[in-house]
This record gives sequence, structure tokens and C-alpha cells, in this order.
Amino acid sequence: MNEVKVYERPKSWMPNVSSHYCPGCGHGIAHRLVCEAIDELGIQNDTIGIAPVGCAAMIYDYMDTDYCEAPHGRAPAVATGLKTVRPDKIIYTYQGDGDLASIGMAEIVHAANRGQNITVIFINNAIYGMTGGQMAPTTLVGQRASTCPLGRDVKVNGYPIRVSEMLATLPAPGYITRVTVAQPKYIIKAKQAVKQAFQNQIDGKGFSLVEILSSCPTNWGMRPVEAFDWLINTMIPYYPLGTFKDFD
Amino acid sequence: MGRVLMKGTEAIAEAAIQAGCKYFFGYPITPQNEIPEYMSAHLPEVGGVYVQAESEVASINMVLGGGATGYRVMTSSSSPGISLMSEGISYIAGCEIPAVIVNVMRAGPGLGGILPGQADYLQATKGGGNGDYNLIVLAPSTLQECVDLTQLAFDLAQKYRNPVMVAADGFMGQMMEAVEIKPSPTKDQPADPSWALGFMGERGGKRSHLHSLFLTPEPLEEHNRKLQKKFGEMKKAEQRCESYLMDDAELLIAAYGTTARISRSAVNNLRAEGHKVGMIRPITLWPYPYETFKTIPSAVKHILVSEMNAGQMVDDVKVATGCRYPVSFYGRTGGFAPSVGEIENECRRILGL
Repeated sequence: MNEVKVYERPKSWMPNVSSHYCPGCGHGIAHRLVCEAIDELGIQNDTIGIAPVGCAAMIYDYMDTDYCEAPHGRAPAVATGLKTVRPDKIIYTYQGDGDLASIGMAEIVHAANRGQNITVIFINNAIYGMTGGQMAPTTLVGQRASTCPLGRDVKVNGYPIRVSEMLATLPAPGYITRVTVAQPKYIIKAKQAVKQAFQNQIDGKGFSLVEILSSCPTNWGMRPVEAFDWLINTMIPYYPLGTFKDFD
Repeated sequence: MGRVLMKGTEAIAEAAIQAGCKYFFGYPITPQNEIPEYMSAHLPEVGGVYVQAESEVASINMVLGGGATGYRVMTSSSSPGISLMSEGISYIAGCEIPAVIVNVMRAGPGLGGILPGQADYLQATKGGGNGDYNLIVLAPSTLQECVDLTQLAFDLAQKYRNPVMVAADGFMGQMMEAVEIKPSPTKDQPADPSWALGFMGERGGKRSHLHSLFLTPEPLEEHNRKLQKKFGEMKKAEQRCESYLMDDAELLIAAYGTTARISRSAVNNLRAEGHKVGMIRPITLWPYPYETFKTIPSAVKHILVSEMNAGQMVDDVKVATGCRYPVSFYGRTGGFAPSVGEIENECRRILGL
């Protein structure tokens, strides 16, 4: 018997809306993975997302769930407030590297350290996207950005921060994993991780964070295919994929 | 619960619990530490939760998230902490989220000192954060008023979906007085599912979406028009002011909070000497009580503003009176309050005695 599979837009994707993201940007794939997880877990009516500041600031234009805005970097604090009052709801943040690892470092560390039962989707594309390609805390050594035009110099800018490894040193957070959306084989694993991070919250297990290595061809100054190659060949060696904690 | 002797900070905390506030997000700073301490001890007794934030930046954003559920949430801090919260307060106003913020004001600027002050008047009433927004700012002058205004703050926050600040100076926070704290009639008011997050199922799958971001100018201007309409309604409906022995007064003292308490004693002493001195006491610092200022009798020859700052309310008094009266200022900074004697002497100087 032939099984018929129809590739559709997720139910929790806003009807009749196309995203504003650049060609080759990983946000669209990451958004879809979140939507698929929400659909498959049947939690659309019970999910409250928290929008960041950055390219994904308008994520609520694409995802048909309750949504709240957060100031730059403060999404984990907003999530803490929401989850404190409504522990029965599924609360997640979607944050970029400037948002989470620079201006919002205190909020993510302390939300993780409280073992807050929330889900964090962390997009690491090693650059500030929306403001036009400035150096991020995750920009690689030697990588050029509009505020380090000669490349990141460790003597001036220090080293790119490995957020997942750092948070995994804390006892409280339960699930911390790094995935990427650079190729289909990686996307399959990324989808499992995103779904797991939501399932953990449903099960009341505690803090879950999925770091997604993503692409920014526009601000990297590359074509989309080149960008994904650069991600695989340059980013992954510094940001190794894998699960750093899984409620052990 | 009858009248009990309580410290101001603890009275504010208990009043909030009796107003149905079950969620408090705080960070330590003197002189308001008894509020988070009281909440951490007593909220669990009513099924509530106290969360100690990592900073005031985080606590106000926890209030943003908690308030977005439509339930009663609160934070408290003191002046430098309120500065850190200003970003979040602007977002809360822009996203139209109800929230109650208590500021037990201390002397500034900068780290200043831990002694009482009123030098956050301009920050509270004229801005603090970015953009066109206003807070309702309530200034208690007795501990009973701390109780009543704290409970009122929750009603106003929900009514207008706007942050409300209780601006209590450090004396209000740290002194003790007899208070009666009753459960607020609106204590068990449920969240409004028409806008609050977490009710998508109840809305039949229609989502709610709270944001202040509008990247195109037309919707942002429309959003601002809507906010300004709301602020206009507050200006009409929420002015609160006390006038004390004002009808026959020739000299009027304008003061709020602790300075109004001290001024009241000065007025009584000067009245006992036969001098026609009265007081006008704004209870809402925003909206400013213009309507009561319009009733100032024409026999008034002078208005003396007294505050624990360098004269932050003077301009509001001039605007509210249309500059029809000479306005002068006597105040103290550094953690001092003007004494009864100092205010009396200033009044005598103005009266030419």
C-alpha cells in the first residue's frame, strides 16, 4: 500500500504569510521546526512565545500562537514571569546571539540557573543580522564584521562565547544541545532536538535550550550555498554539534 | 483584621496581597527590602510565588511577562533600581500590560544615599523610559494611604492596562503607623481573556499578541493615538488631590508625601498663630491634579512648594496655576526632610513676619 505524504505548511504557521527573511537565511527553517514541534505535540492553543529583538523580532507575524514582545535580551526574564503565573502553559523564547549571548547574558544564565521550566531556541549565526552585520559575541576569530572590518581580534574583542558549553557547567539546566540547519541531515536532528525541548517542558522536567547554528548570507557577504558551506566548514569546528546535558 | 501597627514597607506588601497580588518579582535594594522579604514569606501562604530576580532589569521584565497573563503582579524597588527598570516600564506601557511598581524613593543622584528623598518626581511623572507614555503615579502621605493607594494601583493598572507607580518616599517605607488592611473588593478579579496571554483556547483559537514594535509609521502613529486617548481618559478621571484649609488661605503650601505631612504640621502651627496658611496636596503626581489647582482662591498671594529634592514639582505648580501666583520653593536634599520649623520660618519670611 502506498503511503501518501503531503508536504504542507505547518498548522501553527500564520496562514497566507511569507517571511521577510533573506534567501539562504536559517531563520525560516528554524521557525518551521518550532511550528512542526508545536503541531505534532498539539500545543498551539497553550503555547506562548516571546519575541526577541533582532531579525526574528517579527516572529509573531509568522507563528499563530499567543505572543509577547521582550526588550533586547530580556526574553528569559519575560518567560520567567509568564511561566510563574501560568505554569500550565508552554512558554518559549526564540533569541539570536546578540540578544541572548551579549545584552541578555545575565537573563539567560539566571533563567538556566533557576532551572526554569521553559524552552529556549537560540539562533547562533555569529553576527548581528538586523542591525547590519556588526560583530557578535559569537563572531569567530578572524571573521569580518562591520564593527571589526579587519576580522575579530582576540586581543581587542576576546574569544567567541560557546553558550551551550558554558550553560552546561550549571547544575540546574536539564537539556542543552547544539544542532544546525545547514543541511537536510542536520535538519532532521535539529527537529528532534526542538521537539524534545518542548516535550521536556510538557513533562515538567525543567530548562531546555537548543542552540541552532544558522546562516546569514547577507551579512556574511556570501551566496546562500557558500554560506552553508562556511557554516559547516568554519562554524561547526568551533561550535561542535552535540548534546551537552540531557537531564543526567 | 483591625488596626495594627506596621512598618510602611510591610503594610504595602500586605495591602498588595490583600488586593489579590499573588506574584512578586523583586531584587534587594535599601530602603525597600522588607517588601520582597515579606512577599517571600507570605505569598506561599496564599498560593502565590515570590521570585528573586538577578537584577531590576530582570525583575521588571518578569513583571512584563507576568502582567501579560492578566493576573495581578508587582515589583518594588528604590530610586537607582527604578532607573534600571525604566526600559521595561516603557515596554510595559507600550505593550499595554497592567503592572504595579512601588518606588520607595531615596536620595540621589546616582547611588546617592539610602536616606529618604523625593527626587524621582520628574523621572516618575515625565518619563524615565523612552517614548510617549505615562504612568499613573500615586504619592501616599500616611501609611493608611500607602495601603489604600497600593490597592487602588492594582485596580487602575487593570482598568487602563498600564503600569501604575506607588511613589512612596523612604520615610513612608521605614516609619511605623497604625493601619487597617482589608481585602480589596476586586481581590479575586479574574484575568481578562479578551487580551491576556494564555487564553487562546478560550478565544476559540484566536491568538493575542502584545507588542510595542510597529516598523511602519502608520500603525505606530495609530498605536500612539490610541495610547494618548487612554492617557487623556486618565487625566479626566484619575486626578486625586487634597486641599487643606485652602478656602481662606493667603499663603498655600504645595507638597506631597512626607513633605505634605510635615507641611500640615506647619500649617496647623501657623493657623494657631492666626496666619491664613493652607495646603494643596497632590495625591496623583500624574495625572497632575489640575482641576483642584483651578479652585485655588484668588485671595492666595503666594504658593510655596516644599519637597525633598531641588524643586522638581515647581514647574507643574506654575503650569497648573497659569503662573497667576508667585511660586517659590523650599526643600532639602541628601536624605534630609524640611523640618516643621524650617517650613514655618519660610512661611513667615514670605508673609513678611
